[in-house]
Order: sequence, then structure tokens, then C-alpha cells
Amino acid sequence: MAESQSSGAKRHPRPLSPHLQVYKPQLTSFTSILHRFTGIGLSAGVLYLLCWLLAAAHGAESFDRLQDFNGSVIGRLLLFAWSVAFFYHLLNGIRHLAWDAGFGFELPTAYKSGYAVIIGTAILTVAAWVIGYFQMGAF
Amino acid sequence: MAELTLPANSKPTTGKTWKAAAGAKNIKVFKIYRWDPDTGANPRVDSYEVDMDSCGPMILDAIIKIKNEIDSTLTFRRSCREGVCGSCAMNIDGTNTLACTKFTSEVKGDVKIYPLPHMPVVKDLVPDLTHIFAQYETIEPWLKSDTPPQTRERLQSPEERAKLDGLWECILCFSCSTSCPSYWWNGDRYLGPAILLQAYRWIADTRDEATGERLDQLEDPFRLYRCHTIMNCTKTCPKGLNPAKAIGEIKKLMVERR
Repeated sequence: MAESQSSGAKRHPRPLSPHLQVYKPQLTSFTSILHRFTGIGLSAGVLYLLCWLLAAAHGAESFDRLQDFNGSVIGRLLLFAWSVAFFYHLLNGIRHLAWDAGFGFELPTAYKSGYAVIIGTAILTVAAWVIGYFQMGAF
Repeated sequence: MAELTLPANSKPTTGKTWKAAAGAKNIKVFKIYRWDPDTGANPRVDSYEVDMDSCGPMILDAIIKIKNEIDSTLTFRRSCREGVCGSCAMNIDGTNTLACTKFTSEVKGDVKIYPLPHMPVVKDLVPDLTHIFAQYETIEPWLKSDTPPQTRERLQSPEERAKLDGLWECILCFSCSTSCPSYWWNGDRYLGPAILLQAYRWIADTRDEATGERLDQLEDPFRLYRCHTIMNCTKTCPKGLNPAKAIGEIKKLMVERR
């Protein structure tokens, strides 16, 4: 046995033990990966914002066309997703700043701040859209 | 780049089912990862039906019972059976912990047991820890001092000694490091929570005079800064320690010394 291991001739390559496949998602790992995804989403959103500005610079017709898309169901869903990403990344970013300053590492605190970020994101997003629709005179 | 799936030779298949003896009333099913280095076949997950009426309360009791009475080929590390040696760390019910301090009754349904995640497997539940111990060596985990040796102990005030609480208790079971997605994807260069907590243990020690040197060694985009405060480490530590906080303290010292 020891011989076959050292000679290398009969040795089978060691498998890698399961990781993502078996590890239970934790609240803190969920908020962490969501921070990255929303960051990527926001970067894409910035490109879209650039398109908006370019359309505005190009002329009224281009701007109207983009505005029509923004007003469509798909457009509104994208903008909604972008606003969720924005508020989540903002709040969780503040959580990260606290960690960088050395605060909030205790597990109960980290869980409380995690839930606070999720609930805060929901409140701010809904508030922003309610205010938005209110400004448009939808209510 | 993170490899999210397992290599072809590492994908587990469904293995044998070992039925409990007739008449067993209180059966708990243990689904345990198996890999035999002699055949080299893909890993498999065997199911063992264990009669809990004749089994001790801990997961370790159950797997020792399986090895003694059902399948003697089942291989795992264990030693102290009381949470001080760190040998029996494994992935139980989706998180890493010590088999000896985890109650079987805490697990709802079947008990799924895998080796520590994202590690090369030597056999069954035994991971290859060569690399992680080599990383431990790189932080030079011993007291370094230029002060000439004294004829007695190096004294500390109670306050100075208290700085080591939450650090010295680490038993190097590596539950934390192998729970960390960052360590999964960058374990070749990122030191991981266990080793960084150990590094901080020496940085925080007032008798150690190599703090600057230790920080220099850690100031690296990979060795230290692959920590993204995911906190799986702190959540999973069977000793209740806080590696995420220790890493945060190291990062703070890096800023403060600029």
C-alpha cells in the first residue's frame, strides 16, 4: 500500500471534496454574494445611464425612444431591479465600512445588521417607487 | 477564477445502503461520503441505518459504531472525543464542525457527512491537510523576540494576557478555512481564516517583538485581502471563536501603521 503510494504508478488522483454542492448557505454568505451581484448589476446600470445621456445628447427622437422603453413593463422591471441593487449595495456598503472600522464582527450583530440591510433595502425601494409614482401623479 | 463545479473524478455517486439489523426501532440514516484510493473510482455516498437505541449521543459515537459494527472500511480521523484535538472536523448537515461535539439529535432527517469542503481527499472523511499546514508554517507561529532570554517567564499584565483570549483556544481543526468560499477559490495563495487567526494570535501577543515583520509578510492582495467578510468562518467555528474579527483587526493594523 505504502509502496504503491510512493511509486506513483498506481496512485489515483485525489478527488476534491464537495464544497458549494453541500455547504448550507448562511445569511452572511448570502448578503456577501448579493453585494457582489448587485455591484455587477450597478456597473451594468451605469452603462445604461450612459446610453440615456447619449440618447439625450443625440436628440429628442432618440431620447423619446429610450423613454418609451423605460416606461414599458420590461423597462420598469429593469429600473426596479436597478433600484433594489442600488439600495442594497448602499446599505450593505455601510455595513462593510463598519467592519473595516472594526465594528460589528460579533455573530449576533452581524446577523442583525444583515437583516437590517435586507429590510432597509425593501423599505427604501418601495419608498422610492411610491414617491416616484406620486410625482407622476399616479395616485 | 472560481470553479463552481466538481472535477469529473470528484462527483459523488450513490453508493451502498447498509440496512439496520431486524428489530431495530429507532433508526437514523447516516449518508456518508466514501472514497477508496485503491480503486480510484468516483466517490460515492453510502447510507448506513443506525439503531440509535444502542448508540451514543454524538455524531462521533455513531460513526465509531458504524466502523465497529457495520462497515470497518469507513475511515475518519478522531482522537480526544471532547473537542480539544480538532481531528474529527468534518462537514455535517451542511456546515463544518467537530463530530465529537455535535449531537446527532440536532440534525433533522438523514445525517449527511462529507469531508471538510474543497480539499483533496486521502480516503473517505480524511482530507489532505499538507497545504494548509504549510501555510501555517509561513506565519512562523512561535514567539519572536530580540530581548535576551530571561531566567524566568516573560511576564504579562492580566490586561495584556486578556488580548489572547479568543485566539489561543483555536485547535486548528480547519472547520473555518474550509467553510470559506474565498479559501475555496483562492486557497493556493489566500491564507484563510484559521491561519490568519493564528497570525493575529502572535501579533496580539505583547511578548512578541516581530509585529512589523509579521504585518509585512501578510500585506499582500491574496494572503490577507481575499477575506471579504463572508463570515462563514465565525458562524461555523466549533469553539465559538471569531476569525473574521481577528482578520478585521489585522486589516485595521495595516491601515494604522501607514
